[in-house]
Amino acid sequence: MTISTAPVIELHSVSKKFGDRMAVDGLDLEVPAGVCFGLLGPNGAGKTTTLRMIYGVTRPTSGTIRVFAMDVGQSTRAVRARLGITLQQNVLIEALSPKENLFVFGRYHLLREPELSRRVEELIDFLELRSHADVPVKRLSGGFQRRLAIALSLVNGPELLILDEPTTGLDPAVRLALWSRIRNLRAAGTTVLITTHYMDEAQRLCDRVAVVSAGKVIRAGAPASLIAALAAETIEFDCSIEEEAALLDGFAEHARRLRIGQRLIIYLANTTGLIDHIRRSDQGDRRPIIVRPTNLEDVYLSLTGTSLEGDA
Amino acid sequence: MSFSPAYALAVWRRNAAMYRRTWKWNLLPNFFEPVFYLFSLGIGVGAYISEMQGLSYIAFIAPGLVCVAAMNGASYEVTYNIFVRLTFEKAYDAMLTTPIEPDDILGGEVLWAVTRACIYGGCFLVVLALFGLAPLPSSLWALLVIPLTGLLFAAIGITFSLRIPNIDSFSFYFTLFLTPLFLFSDVFFPLRERLSPAWLWVAEALPLLHPVRLARAAFTGQFSLVVLWDIGYSLGLSCLLLIWARRSVRRRLTN
Repeated sequence: MTISTAPVIELHSVSKKFGDRMAVDGLDLEVPAGVCFGLLGPNGAGKTTTLRMIYGVTRPTSGTIRVFAMDVGQSTRAVRARLGITLQQNVLIEALSPKENLFVFGRYHLLREPELSRRVEELIDFLELRSHADVPVKRLSGGFQRRLAIALSLVNGPELLILDEPTTGLDPAVRLALWSRIRNLRAAGTTVLITTHYMDEAQRLCDRVAVVSAGKVIRAGAPASLIAALAAETIEFDCSIEEEAALLDGFAEHARRLRIGQRLIIYLANTTGLIDHIRRSDQGDRRPIIVRPTNLEDVYLSLTGTSLEGDA
Repeated sequence: MSFSPAYALAVWRRNAAMYRRTWKWNLLPNFFEPVFYLFSLGIGVGAYISEMQGLSYIAFIAPGLVCVAAMNGASYEVTYNIFVRLTFEKAYDAMLTTPIEPDDILGGEVLWAVTRACIYGGCFLVVLALFGLAPLPSSLWALLVIPLTGLLFAAIGITFSLRIPNIDSFSFYFTLFLTPLFLFSDVFFPLRERLSPAWLWVAEALPLLHPVRLARAAFTGQFSLVVLWDIGYSLGLSCLLLIWARRSVRRRLTN
């Protein structure tokens, strides 16, 4: 393996048109080697299409895509030999056991014995599949199936792992366990590209994130710096639209804010003054107020909020 | 664009791994079908037929039923099974996350359908041999006709499977296409003697007719120039359909 500073994934003004619809519209993206990178965005933002273009099953209408410094369209096999991809939907062979699934997938990468068996055993241990390694997949729980799906995408020891919504629908314990595996892989030098709707997941796992909306990257950076750029604190309370101006007057009238029904969410460097002002205006009628550190979900909602309101 | 035998073999091995688990449910019922026809028609109806083209009736229908067994083997694979892998199991989407390309998938699936045709046709040939209905060594030529039949019906079935909107459409394929072929392709009576000469060219278009004639030639040891036409038809139609299927597989799996 050569040591290089070139990004593992480079997309330059990539567009993809399906009929009249622009699924991806002049998207630029760079994923450096060795990081965990989060691709965030609402449903239909173009995340899955972007992933499909990265591993070469969807061809861009225009723009260039390079993975491992190779053109994906021309070197599809060579690129995919070094990739691991966990699709949104599990693609397991239900009649076969986890072990047999791993063997089948290993052969897709042309692994041979004794390497194949060694790799299968390693992955059974790594994702803790041992207890049901020989049970048909259709009898396994959702969490177990998801772990197996991730194990399949690791069979070739990929340098780049792509995970499309890896923990959707899983219980909290399974999510935690998967996160720790993803961290282990990253620590061992694997570059990870992940899409998720869970901002807590992105904030905990990702070194960098890009927020995608309507086929474009609208914001990119490290979660901490994106949060810092928005505001240190977030305050949430219910108030009517008529009340809003009076309540915020002199304290937060210029602050970034988001309204969802009666709920008002305001991003501020310091919320103390505003809280006192609200308490005074309420005259002893204490409305519930939540004050908390700003998180990645706030960044995400402040960027994509309007489209969410449009959805609802 | 890019076909690699090694990757096609990996696709083939996926199906083989599945089959090892499910053959009792898959292989046995379909295998018995031509055996039942052989005995019901060959022995039952055959008792009322003194001879057909110089053969006992059971000996007349035996070679054609070898082709029917091979046709069924390939057809079940490239219809229901391919549709399930494509639509429900998303097996091909999984393969495309690895270095496997659409051409390898098509190659592996055709190879597997031919393999299943060989299992069915081969087992049936063994049954015939055990009952003394496969004259040796000439009927061994049928060992070449079996994979040819498998290839032809793999190509036809895949082409159909890639076009249909839902799994129910296969009842058309089996009832309105394979069943008439089975009944009117020289298996049970000599078509040439029953069809008015003006319609013989229609019969020549029927795909099952050609393997059946080849199998009968193998069993009787009477080869004529028609053999070349039958081989040419089978290989030619297979190639044409597979070229077409190759394009539509790519269009279905990538965009």
